[in-house]
Amino acid sequence: MLWACVLLPQLALDGVLRRQPPTEAPLVLVSGPAQARVVHAANRSARAAGLYRGQRLTAAQALLSQFAMVEHDPEDEARWHRLLAAWAYRYSGEVGLLAHALVLEVSRSLNLFGPWPRFESLLRDDLKELGFRHRIALAPTPHAAYVLTGVHDGLAVMTPDTLRRALLPIPIARARLPDDAAQALPSMGIRTLGQLFALPRAGLQRRFGSELVAQLDRLAGDEPSPMENYRPPDTFEQRMEWTHEIEHVEALVFPLRRLTGDLSAYLAGRDGGVQRFELELEHRSGPPTRVTVGMLSAGRDAALLFECARGRMERLELSQPVVAMRLLARDLPPFVPAGRDLFDTRPTNAVPLEQLRERLRARLGEASIQHLRRTLDPRPELAQTTTAGVGATHAISLPRPTWLLHTPRPLRGPAPTILAGPERIETGWWDGGDLRRDYYVVRTAQGQCAWVFCAPGEQGGWMLHGWFA
Amino acid sequence: MGQVVALSSLFEARQVWKGRAVSLPDSSQPTGWPALDEALPSGGWPEHAMTEILLPADGVGELQLVLPTLARLTREARSVMLITPPYLPYVPGWEARGVMMSHVDIVQAGERDVLWAAEQCLRSGSCAAVLAWPLQADDRALRRLQVAADTGKALAFVFRDRRHAAQASPAALRLELESEPSLQVRIRKCRGGQPPAGMLPLAAGWS
Repeated sequence: MLWACVLLPQLALDGVLRRQPPTEAPLVLVSGPAQARVVHAANRSARAAGLYRGQRLTAAQALLSQFAMVEHDPEDEARWHRLLAAWAYRYSGEVGLLAHALVLEVSRSLNLFGPWPRFESLLRDDLKELGFRHRIALAPTPHAAYVLTGVHDGLAVMTPDTLRRALLPIPIARARLPDDAAQALPSMGIRTLGQLFALPRAGLQRRFGSELVAQLDRLAGDEPSPMENYRPPDTFEQRMEWTHEIEHVEALVFPLRRLTGDLSAYLAGRDGGVQRFELELEHRSGPPTRVTVGMLSAGRDAALLFECARGRMERLELSQPVVAMRLLARDLPPFVPAGRDLFDTRPTNAVPLEQLRERLRARLGEASIQHLRRTLDPRPELAQTTTAGVGATHAISLPRPTWLLHTPRPLRGPAPTILAGPERIETGWWDGGDLRRDYYVVRTAQGQCAWVFCAPGEQGGWMLHGWFA
Repeated sequence: MGQVVALSSLFEARQVWKGRAVSLPDSSQPTGWPALDEALPSGGWPEHAMTEILLPADGVGELQLVLPTLARLTREARSVMLITPPYLPYVPGWEARGVMMSHVDIVQAGERDVLWAAEQCLRSGSCAAVLAWPLQADDRALRRLQVAADTGKALAFVFRDRRHAAQASPAALRLELESEPSLQVRIRKCRGGQPPAGMLPLAAGWS
């Protein structure tokens, strides 16, 4: 077994920062009771000004006159954590959640994603795209990987022997041991894991209880790590809220790109697609504005989802400023990737046909693209339909035009020359839409071939119904 | 008057160059009308380019001109887009002429979006042919379509009224249909050669 650990040192802060386009303005997360507010996390420019985690807010305000403040929300942080677990599920079937970290079993994934250096760069690219800072390490046990990420970013330990050697110099304070042991051991002169491993187990167990010994065994791989496997949920829901109000649709484009990117990452993990999702724009008061984004077929490409959603969003008139946006996807049908023919003659940079259709639909309206198919109905008006289904395949040997008028209209001008006919169509008794007509092919004075009909038995009062164009 | 020089001596001295028409590579897109193929310099539709078809009236036989091509393309499972056709394409009629309607998308766009939609389809590279019926199209808009057809390597067919014949057009091929006394086509402009004089009769068929 090989476990990769992805440590997310600034999960809460990254979760806040990714709501808006990257800026250099100082920003801090604050937490704690109202009387004793403390800095929970600070971004780079705030840290450069001397702000740090755990600092009193009053002290921070004395150091830096202006910075954006966001209330730290543990629930929000947990949501980002779960989202990343859903993303990691794409790479491994065994994903565990640890505090500020994810662990993935990767020994089997390596067959699919290539050797570890390539796999690692895949993970890093994805996380960078999603906007989360991270540290990654690989070790034969999940806890060892967890400990190693905290010490050395990018370390990869493949075998249990090298693992033991890699663990020896790690300071006790960073070995993620139970709290009481982590505090007491350095004062006893035990400063590294190597020294701790050398101590007699029975004594350690008497002094610190069985939890410490079990933890050491898990680190070295002598005992399996109890871990609950992550299972992705069946629906996707992600919400972003801002401290300020957004009045223009253009300002929603960046968060929208994030949300659709998250949806795409989640879908890739689940190997699913989405055909329909909802965007809810929440306002200070009143019901939220709902935008439903539907697609012709299930898709999961981040660019496609974003483009569809943006097309719908751009047509929106905001009546009130937006304070939060939520993306809901309940219906997640299986995703069937479009296959391309080896002998496909289209240019390689071609936009897939589905994406083209979505783009047209987004601008021209939902019903702007139609496919026509034949039905079994003999009435010319009902002989074709735009609804999906299996078309009729029987052959028609009678003359049929290529253009059909939406509604028949009188044929004006001099009397036409009859080329063929009559063909009587007398049907439709079953649904009240009876018709009784004699159809002729005629040639008009202008030289057009027309499909016309008249009352049975008469040869006049022509109604134009189609062109043999 | 200066000295009189025989033309042949100038050619022999290679002081004067004579331009020759560059022969076009043969088109892989036959029109399906042998007489028309023969008259066109490339032996078919100009590839990756726009063809403008000028009509005296709707329904004179403009579809007959392109239906053999559409039938061939759709049978190869390639996509064809119709952008705001003036009437409903009547499926039994199209299928009787060999077109597979499952590969034909009909796009309904407003008057101002026709050219945008046509350009998107052409540029995407995933459509084999795009047929458009723009009501307002100036030289600039048509040039965009011509460039888009070249980018997306698609056949573009633009159907316009005959009164636009006097306007200059960036189309690689301009055809004008005549319905009197019978259906015939005149080549007004073709890339890579002189347009042949006279009319080419098309077998006007309604069945």
